[in-house]
Amino acid sequence: MQPSHLAGVINLDHPGHYIHFHWLLISYGNAIVIGLMVATFVAVLFLPFPGSRLKDSHE
Amino acid sequence: MSNATIDRQWTTRLRRRVEGALPPEKLLPDTQPSYVASWIYVFGVATLVALALVTLSGLVLALKGPTWWHVSNVGHFVNSTHLWSVELFFFSMVIHLWGKFFMAAWRGNRSLTWITGGVTFMASIGTAFTGYVSQTNFDSQWIATQAKDGINSTGIGAYFNVLDLGQMLMWHITLLPLAAIALTGLHVILVRKRGVVPPFADEVAA
Repeated sequence: MQPSHLAGVINLDHPGHYIHFHWLLISYGNAIVIGLMVATFVAVLFLPFPGSRLKDSHE
Repeated sequence: MSNATIDRQWTTRLRRRVEGALPPEKLLPDTQPSYVASWIYVFGVATLVALALVTLSGLVLALKGPTWWHVSNVGHFVNSTHLWSVELFFFSMVIHLWGKFFMAAWRGNRSLTWITGGVTFMASIGTAFTGYVSQTNFDSQWIATQAKDGINSTGIGAYFNVLDLGQMLMWHITLLPLAAIALTGLHVILVRKRGVVPPFADEVAA
């Protein structure tokens, strides 16, 4: 089996890390991805789209 | 042959129906309404691009077999491409889903567009889960042994055996991708037929 190149950068040879708060149990990996999705969603609502202002000014 | 006879042919009737519902300028439009100039509308297409990458990398993995990526640098690269394009696929699809949910994108006779999107999401989750158990490594063994209790508790374990690599691989590379891709095609056709949902303000103004 090929060694993971990522393993050279990050030590993956340990049990996963989890956030445990009352009933909530989620791995750091999943929590980070969900956080990134929420951040991206909020960003795309406010970031100007290239050319959209130009189009509006022509209307 | 009379015109009446030709009009009755199923090919004629089907062609006219398709032409009526999806004229070429509607299927491949030149322009979109001004409200589509927003980043939130990018994520549907990003999902399609990711699906193409998932499919292409998956086709290579299918040709070379489920254990190839363990013993080949190229295989390892293709397998990683398959994984990360799946990550991109779900990432984009979830943002697309959130965007469409808050737009209430089922408005204006678009309920079937919304439903096909939802069912595609479900089929994609099934495809991903069967992919997890098809990795042919300790991770897939662990996931399969954990999943079997959940599946058995539903009563379908005798028909959908997560410990059967052959069955899971067939679901992963044939049945579920076919369903996901066919549903995606139907979803896109419905988007083209009904058009992109307008913002609430535009709908009220109309």
